[in-house]
Amino acid sequence: MDAIQLPAEPVQQHLCYHCGEECRDEIIHLDAHEFCCDGCSLVYDLLKENDLCSYYNIDGAQGISPDKSYFKGKYDYLDLPDVAEKLLEFTDGKLSRVNWLVPKMHCSSCIWLLEQMHRLNPAIRSSVVNFPEKKVRITYDAQKISLSELASLLTQVGYEPYISLNDLENKQLSKWNRNRLYKIGISGFAFGNIMMLSFPEYFHLGETTSDRELGTLFSLLNIALALPVFFYCASDFFKSAWAALRGRYLNIDAPIALALLSVMLTSLYQIISQTGPGYLDSLAGAVFFMLIGRYFQDKTYAGISFDRDYKSYFPVAVTVLNNGTEARKPVTELEKQDRILVRNEELIPADAVLLSARAMIDYSFVSGEAVPVERKKGDTIYAGGKQTGPAIELEVLRPVSQSYLTQLWNNDTFTREKEDQNQTLAAKINRYFSVIVMGIALVTFLIWLIKFHDPETAFRAFTTTLLVACPCALLLSSTFTNGNLLSLFGKNRFYPKNAHAIERLSHVDAVVFDKTGTITQSNEAEIQFIGRDLTENELVMVKMLAMQSSHPLSRMLVKKLAGIVASKRVLTDFSETGGAGMRALWGKREVKLGSATWVGASVYEELHSNASHVYVSIEDEICGYFAIKSKYRPELPETLSALQKAGFETYLLSGDKPTDQHMLTPLFGKESNLLFRQTPEEKLRFIENLQNSRKKNVLMVGDGLNDAGALRQSNVGLAVSDDINNFSPSCDAIVEGSQLALLPAYIRLARSGQRIIRTSFAISLIYNIAGLSFAVFGKLSPVIAAILMPVSTITIVAFTTVASNVAARKWIKN
Amino acid sequence: MSALYIMIFTSLLVALGFLGAFIWSVRKGHYDDDYTPSVRILLDDNPPGDTDIKP
Repeated sequence: MDAIQLPAEPVQQHLCYHCGEECRDEIIHLDAHEFCCDGCSLVYDLLKENDLCSYYNIDGAQGISPDKSYFKGKYDYLDLPDVAEKLLEFTDGKLSRVNWLVPKMHCSSCIWLLEQMHRLNPAIRSSVVNFPEKKVRITYDAQKISLSELASLLTQVGYEPYISLNDLENKQLSKWNRNRLYKIGISGFAFGNIMMLSFPEYFHLGETTSDRELGTLFSLLNIALALPVFFYCASDFFKSAWAALRGRYLNIDAPIALALLSVMLTSLYQIISQTGPGYLDSLAGAVFFMLIGRYFQDKTYAGISFDRDYKSYFPVAVTVLNNGTEARKPVTELEKQDRILVRNEELIPADAVLLSARAMIDYSFVSGEAVPVERKKGDTIYAGGKQTGPAIELEVLRPVSQSYLTQLWNNDTFTREKEDQNQTLAAKINRYFSVIVMGIALVTFLIWLIKFHDPETAFRAFTTTLLVACPCALLLSSTFTNGNLLSLFGKNRFYPKNAHAIERLSHVDAVVFDKTGTITQSNEAEIQFIGRDLTENELVMVKMLAMQSSHPLSRMLVKKLAGIVASKRVLTDFSETGGAGMRALWGKREVKLGSATWVGASVYEELHSNASHVYVSIEDEICGYFAIKSKYRPELPETLSALQKAGFETYLLSGDKPTDQHMLTPLFGKESNLLFRQTPEEKLRFIENLQNSRKKNVLMVGDGLNDAGALRQSNVGLAVSDDINNFSPSCDAIVEGSQLALLPAYIRLARSGQRIIRTSFAISLIYNIAGLSFAVFGKLSPVIAAILMPVSTITIVAFTTVASNVAARKWIKN
Repeated sequence: MSALYIMIFTSLLVALGFLGAFIWSVRKGHYDDDYTPSVRILLDDNPPGDTDIKP
């Protein structure tokens, strides 16, 4: 039994004019262009009719093949008043506006086409794209086009809107970003003007009597400018510090708030008592720079959602059968004993009993099981599976929120916050720092008061000590380092949720992998034919037969046989028996494709193998079988050995059968590091056990809903996704599948980031010591404070930016 | 020195004007999307009837 070499890829490729994909199954000719499917040619037709063909001329234009699972009436539920009410941003009965997420937009021609929607249907008044968020805001005439028609129109041109239960349950209005910009703008404005008005004081220009009035005016203006900075711009620092104090711990904002408060009070005292000009410029500057730092750090990846739970995975509406008539109903309103219809590739939203004769359920996303399982009439089907094949009828057993799968979300892991502000490096250093600074300030105060009997200098030394030691430079070192790292990671297609995730990533010492979809490639399979050599003609037969079926194994076969040109010769007498195989006549020869028993082969070999086998027989002669194995990511051994060399423990948690165990064991080290047949709950417990009894910081790498609990429980949950805009369970970071090999480099970069933060802490300490030596002697003049603060800020920002770029270049080589 | 008072208030007013312009632009959504407009400006919106299909 030799494995034969299957024919290589064809030399001449037929690329679809619309979507740019290779035409695999058939080629449709239209207007001298080639199309890979009806969907693509229909979009082309529609665009041509509306003179929108310049879509194809825009640089990099690649259309999107419309969703094959679309069917008429899919969006009917959008016209239900309570659904529409939750989706619409605005409506006055005539004009309405929606803001839809369109995950498939990816290039400038997408922007162009989506903004030309009014030419496809005049009822659309305008459509405006926000590309980073992948959203399109459409204003339309509600009397001429309904919401469902609008969604269908978008779907028809390939841009299916993503409507999830999450959207329905809470409308997210992010005014947050704008508020930050207001605060930055106002503090910047105040900073500049206070500095300008303070210039006379810096150079002692206002000391003649004639200028005293002017000096008073300047001081009053400074107070007026500083008040909004103190009460509005800096309000977040006070709120966060107060919340921390009430929770009986010190966070990073507590010393900042204390410094701001003492500077404000000192300055007010000095100005009112006319003993000095105060330090209002430093106050405004500190707030301004800190806000910029925070903005920079918290700039996240719009368009990527890290907090999705099962609700965004589930469909919004399902088809309900009511005395033979079909209606769409929101899944949240599904009740026990509703009869639902689930079509090919649709998701089963609730635990239900199968009423149809048989179903093939693909649980790959829920359990990690790669091959669809067969269910018969009367079986209970758990929510989360996808039907593959013809539509099935089901009777709902439990409402969505109580199904087997969604119960996982009731685990208290999901209600706990991962970020413990106490634990961040900056916060830890700051705690010592604030204690030391408070100590120095107090000692200074007491020495001036008791030894020199100079209460005024004592007071001034006390407050200026707090001022120069203001941990803003310290705060900036972590915010700017992390902010820069976030964008560096993003460039390498690794998307951490926030700065805390980077910091936790640097502490990781154990890595746990999920199997299906994580270390295997979801859409690729390794296919080998074992048996006698098949002739070209026979391969054509096999491909033609496989093309008739929507079974995933058949689809993979067709893909593998891409080099075989499908013949126009028609198969006759085709029949498919679920769970077994299919047969058809090729001329007069009977061709069978399916399981061993289907073709009548002996099965002993299959039991010991880890692949799915598809047997081929032609006229009762068993030619052999295709062995279809899930394909592991090629970089896997390299990644694992790099991790192990660097001292990480590696584990495998799979919901699947222990296939490939002998192949994977050497990669993961010991056999005990591989666990199979794990339920989502067991995965969560395993991580918890590693954390509690072995004190490990665990990085969980997973992809599906079955990993959701483990991702949540782990210190860092990393979701692997081949398309970052697709669904991924709630996690701390998302990485593109092809980049998984860089995982060790990512961890090293995160560690370098922590070192950079420590170093810049040291640098800002030098500035602080310089400032403190002035302050404790009561000699800190406003001009020294005004110079010291921006200079230290600029040094820190420059250092962190350069250092983190150098580190990224060192660890992640392209 | 009274000229100085006028100058200072004028300069403050000008600065306030710019601050107002900034706040207005943020409120209008100017900073909500800092990428799409850069692409949009390069796209032709050719009038209907102009079908230049490249082969």
